[in-house]
Formats: sequence, structure tokens, C-alpha cells
Amino acid sequence: MAQANDFVILLAGEAGQGIQSIESVLLRALKRCAYHVFATSEVMSRVRGGTNSTTLRLGSHRVRALPHQVDLFVAFSAEAVRRYTPRCTAETLLVGDPAVVSGAGAAAPFAALATEAGDKRAASMVAAGVIMGLLGQPLSALIPVVEAHFSAKGEALIATNVAAATAGHRHGQALAKDTARPFALPPATDLSQEILINGSQAIALGALAGDCDAIFSYPMSPGTGVLSALAHFSTQTDLVVEQVEDEIAAINMALGANYAGARAMVTTSGGGFALMTEGISLAGISETPVVVHVAQRPGPGTGLPTRTAQEDLNLVRYAGHGLFARAIFAPATLEEAFALTHQAFNLADALQIPVFILSDQYLVDTTYNVPPLSSEGLANDRHLVAAEPDYQRYQLTPSGLSPRSVPGFGPGRVCVDSDEHDERGRITEDLDGISLQMKDKRFRKFALVQEAALPPIWHGPADAELLLVAWGSTGPAIEEALARLASPKVAHLHFPQVWPIHASAGALLRRAGRRVAVENSQEATFADWLRLETGVSFAPPILKYNGLAFSIEELVSRIEEAL
Amino acid sequence: MDKSPFDIAGVDIAWCPGCGNFGLRNTVLKAFAALKLDPTQLVMVSGIGQAAKSPQYYDVSYFNGLHGRALTHATGIKAANPGLTVVVQSGDGDLFGEGGNHFIHAIRRNPDLTVIAHDNMVYGLTKGQAAPTSQRGMKTNVQVFGVAAEPLNPVALAIAMGATFVAQSVVGETALTQQLIEEAIGHPGFALVNVFQSCPSFNKINNHKWFKENTARLGPDYDPSDRNAAFAKASEREPWPLGLLYRELGKPTFEGQLAAYAGDSTPLYRRRRTPEQLATLIAGFR
Repeated sequence: MAQANDFVILLAGEAGQGIQSIESVLLRALKRCAYHVFATSEVMSRVRGGTNSTTLRLGSHRVRALPHQVDLFVAFSAEAVRRYTPRCTAETLLVGDPAVVSGAGAAAPFAALATEAGDKRAASMVAAGVIMGLLGQPLSALIPVVEAHFSAKGEALIATNVAAATAGHRHGQALAKDTARPFALPPATDLSQEILINGSQAIALGALAGDCDAIFSYPMSPGTGVLSALAHFSTQTDLVVEQVEDEIAAINMALGANYAGARAMVTTSGGGFALMTEGISLAGISETPVVVHVAQRPGPGTGLPTRTAQEDLNLVRYAGHGLFARAIFAPATLEEAFALTHQAFNLADALQIPVFILSDQYLVDTTYNVPPLSSEGLANDRHLVAAEPDYQRYQLTPSGLSPRSVPGFGPGRVCVDSDEHDERGRITEDLDGISLQMKDKRFRKFALVQEAALPPIWHGPADAELLLVAWGSTGPAIEEALARLASPKVAHLHFPQVWPIHASAGALLRRAGRRVAVENSQEATFADWLRLETGVSFAPPILKYNGLAFSIEELVSRIEEAL
Repeated sequence: MDKSPFDIAGVDIAWCPGCGNFGLRNTVLKAFAALKLDPTQLVMVSGIGQAAKSPQYYDVSYFNGLHGRALTHATGIKAANPGLTVVVQSGDGDLFGEGGNHFIHAIRRNPDLTVIAHDNMVYGLTKGQAAPTSQRGMKTNVQVFGVAAEPLNPVALAIAMGATFVAQSVVGETALTQQLIEEAIGHPGFALVNVFQSCPSFNKINNHKWFKENTARLGPDYDPSDRNAAFAKASEREPWPLGLLYRELGKPTFEGQLAAYAGDSTPLYRRRRTPEQLATLIAGFR
């Protein structure tokens, strides 16, 4: 089992074999042992069978990117062994049930030990125990986590799974004695104050930080995680959570709620978002704020439902007929997902526009430990005024922003219209009068959104000759690839906001002699936007579009090629 | 009649002369006045169409949203502020065609809304095509061989889906219509008042005289609490029944079941989550 500063475990088997449970308990147990932990899963779009995997990584330092090479491969089916062998090296230790590894690796009788413990379904906890034993970690770190994991299932099932984990741990310790290179990764310092969350939870917590008080959505992978995370929180904080009949209802219900002063959001993926586009246009003309989370997956059509992609930039930027301002955030890390979602609610209310969080399956399904998130530094402001008797919702102003009220707040009427309207919100066809003035008023908000744009962030040497240009979830893998390369010639420019593009982008892009876009897509759409906005040219991009995220190793070699 | 406090001067009404919308507008104004509704707590919602322009012609707060989506907007408004009285006024195409799926699911949720449906069995704003409620055989500029599909029966559908207040009237029966609208607004839950009306511009078949001859008021011994009987009555045609077809009390409302309002009716816009509450939620992930 090779290792330097990190150690990579691959868990693979059929859907329904408990891989997610193993991931969950191992992450918690290993964090208790003071290791930085990371996990990301890739699954087939099915409930049983097929082959799913989780890559679990632990480190002495922070680990937040996907590795390709595996140190320990725990397989639960022969098909999994076949499918993931390309990620193994001569030093990879393969562990599995005797029938699965058939002499090729270390046999661990998961099923037999589970049956002995009282229930063959406890095989996943046997596996968790074997892994902890193999890594020389104490059983005492695992047991409380297993107990917590099964806490809702009753005493008998808890006892069975604890017995299974214990038997597995004993077996793992025995296997460790036979391994050529025992696990020897030094732990970090105490991580007990850090939190362990995935991308969906980071976005949901960011929404709560932004005073989000309602979510209306229709389940669609990979956007569903934010809906279920907020549903979970609704037992602990005031939050309206409604699963609706379709995405059309989701966005239009959110707009109704926000008209009445709520901070409602929706979460979806590309196909569901396509259904929402008329509602986005309604947000534009009615100047109703709304936050929309779009978790990308490969299309077109149903595409690859459980896989990742960065294909929907154009969809989100151009969604909705007519011309109106919007902002699109694209977080790279869990901290950024939290902070940008918090910010999205305030920007939406401040400018009365739709604001998008553009994530992807990889980001929402990736978990790692982060320092406790804080909402300090950004106060929430709904920017509401009381409606006086002569209140006009669409009052013409030099800035383009009309003071916003909500029904029930003050004696005046709050009239909102999807038709072109006058200052009171009444239909108009006064083409060269108020109709034009309304179009111009809304147009002035483009300048406000531009002024509020977040700048791109430069990582690496200021005088680099090659600049990697990226947005969204690819950030951490690029960072780690650059750290491994340690080249003074290459830097990374990350865009936390992809639209509108910050005014500093042109000068930053021109600092380097050559620019290479890194995008999880079949074409470098964002580089096209940057070229149109700034006039800079790009060298051939580094692209990946098979539904999987970039690994560190593959970025290292592709950056080397680009150098 | 005294001027209703919800009447508004100086608006340019876009309806055709003789349109049933005028009569229904007057009746709605009377009902709002008779109920002495608080104008600051009343919101009207509509989609798109000639009927959907109605809220623009009252002195009320309104959300004139997208075609077919009135019920979703209205449900969102109730979710954000259950204290508001929300009245949806829109047409048959908007509520039952483009918005048919939302009609079904809004009834399932049972938000405390009143839906006043203008049912003139034809499309007006798009100039004379078939509506979901058009009767078989009616020829239009699109249905040139006559309407082939079975007409949608809004009241039977509403009763089948479990709506708790289902009524039908015709715009010429002003007293009955006003009474049903008032009762609908007072009813806690999803309340439908389907109002037949003529469209002198585009429906030459189902005109004022036809509705007079083809509708009949429910008798004094009709029992609106028997759901199966109500469904049978609602399914009748020639004559189409007028009056309160079905009423059920005690069903929980959508907003009444939301945990956010258990013991606290404060609208969402007046609430703030404290940094301490957020910190506790975050600490739960340690």
C-alpha cells in the first residue's frame, strides 16, 4: 500500500451493497482519528445492481481533490474488480470476499463474518471494520460512529452491526500483519471542531445563512440533495419545504412566495431547469428576486443522470425569453458553495433579479472536512420598504431599482405584472412612452449586476507563462495538480462568478503569455465567453466529457502536455 | 349600488362590448365589499387571457403571472404569508388547459384559496380556438372539423380530486354568483367557483340564451355534503347544475400543515434566522 501524504481507498460494488454506509462511517471514524478526509462517489442510475464506487481519501493535510490511483481497493463484486483494475498499481492492495477476489488479493470473508454476527446484511460494517483494522486505527473510533449510523434502527440492529464491525476489525488487524507496506500515514492535529459536509449540504447551509425560508422543487439528480438537506433542516429551523408536481410549478411557486416577501429557492438539474425557463423570464420582467440552484449533469435529454458535467453555461445564461439581468455563481469548494449561496440571496434581493448557483454532480456529491462555516461579514437585508398609499412597484428611478414592497406591508397596493407595465404595475402598450422607459429601467440593472460581480482569483506565480482558466468544481483538482507540478511557469485563474464577468478579467488573462481553459465539457464554453468579453485568445483547451470529474493525475499529465 | 371600495377609476378595460367579464367584475366587486375585506390583506392572482386581466381592473394588490401558473403563484403566496386572503381569477384555458396539472395538484394540497374560473367554453385572447371546456362538435378556426375531444368538466374533476368547496354558476345569475363567491372566500381551503359566461365575439353557440336554457339551479333539498351524490350531480349536463355542489369542512389546509407556522403565523418576510441558530445547525456536522 503506497502512501506519501495521503492514502486512497476505493470501495466498489453493486448498488444496494452498502457502499454509501461504509463511506459514511469511515469518513466519520477516520476524522475522529484526526485524518483529513475526502470522499466522492460515482454511481449508476439504478437502485440495485450495476457497479458503483466511492473514492475515499485520507491525508495528513487537507485533501479536497479526486485522485486516480488507489492504495487500497475493497471490492464487493467481481465486476467491480474488472471495472476498476485500471486504477490499481502493483502496490495496490485488493481486499474482498474470497469469491470476489479469487486469489488475486487478500481475502476478507465479509459475508461469513456478518452472518456470524447475526445478519448477513451487516457485511458493509464488517468491511468498515476490516478497513479500520488494516489501517491500524482503533476500534474505539469506529464503534460510536456505527452506533450513530444505525441509531434509528433499534437496539438489536445496532448490536449486530457493532459485532460485525468488531469482527471485521479483528480480521483487518490480522491482514495488516501480512501486508508488505503497512499503513503509516501520520495523522493531522485534532479535527474535532471541523465539520464534515457534502456539496449539497454546503449549498443548503449557505441558503440558511442567507435567510432562505422556503424551497419548492421537483426531485432530479443531482439537484435533489439540496432539497433533501433543507427538508432535514426544516425540523430544526423555520423553513417551508414543498415537493411540487413539476419544475414549472417549482419556479412559479417560488416567485409567488418571493412576491410575498419570502426568500424562496429552487434546486434542479439541466432538464428540469429547461422547464423553468419561462419562470426565469417572469422573474426578469416582474423584478422578483429568486435563487436557482442548477446542478449540472451530462445531456442532452436525459443524458447520464448520475454523472457530472459543466455543459449548461449557455443554458443558464440565456434561459428565458427577452432581455434582463442575472448573476451566475460557480463554486469550486464547499466553503465557496456556502458563501456564494449566502451571497446569492442578498444579491437577488438587492437587485431584484434571478441569481444562479451553478454546481455539478461532482461538487454536490463530494464530501470533505472543513473548518466550521461562518456567516459573519455578510448581513442579510431583504431591501423591503412599506407600501405607502401611493406606492408604485415599478417607480422609475435613475438606478433602475424601484423600492420593493410586499403585500400586507403598509397600506398601499403591490401590483406585479408579467405583461409590460406602467409604474403601478398595470398593462401598457404605450410603446414609445412608459413601455420603453420600463425596458430602459430594467436595462440599467445590467450595470448594477456588473458592478457587483466577483473578481476572478489568481493562484500561483504572478509571472506564469501558462494560465489555466477554470470555473466551478474543477478548482481543487487544478490546485493540487499545480502543487504536484510545482512549476514556476503555470498559474490558475478561478472564476467564482461566471456571469457577468468581472472587469479585471481581461488584464488578469493577459498577464500570462498563453491561456488554457480547463472545462468538464466537450467544448470550452467559458473560454468562448471570455474571448468575446475581453478579446483574449486561448490555446487548445483541456476538456473532459465522459461524465466523470478530472482526477489530479490526469490534470498533471495534461498540464505537462500543455507546457 | 354604492361604489365598491375595490373599484378603480381610470383603467382602460380591454374586454369586448357585451363580454360576460364585465358582469363578473361587478359581482366580484360587490362580494369583496359585502365581506368588508381588508384591502391591505387581499391579493388577487391570475395567469394570462382576457379573464386573467381581471385583477388589473380592481383596486387590489395582485400577481398577474404566467399563462397557466396562477395556482402555483397563489400557493407560493399562501406559503409565504398565510394571513393574506388570496383570490385567483382566470379563464378556462389558463386554469384547466395550460394549468391543468397545477389544478389537480393545488386541490391535493388544499391551500386556502378561492378560484373564480371564467368558463366561456372558448379561447378569447387568442381569438376563438377551442377551450378545454368547449363542447364536442364546435367548429373553430383551428378545430375546422369540430371539437373532437371530450370537454373537461371542472366541477366534477374538482370533486374527484377532493376539493372541499365546489360551486358552479352563470354570470347572469348575479345574486347566486355573489353568494357563492362570498361563501368560497369564507371557506377554509381550496374553493372553486366555476362561472359560465358568454363570449359574444367567439362563441356563437354557448351564448347568453343558451346558458339560460341549459342550466338549472340545484333544488332546495340538494345535500352538498354527500360527495358521491355531488360527483353524480356535477357530471350532469343539459342542464348543467348551478349552485353549491359540494362542501366539506375540517380538511387541513396546505399552509396549516407547514411546520413553519405551527404556533407562529408571522409571515416569512418578518422572520430572521439568528447567527446562533445557524451555528447550531452547522455544529451538527462535527
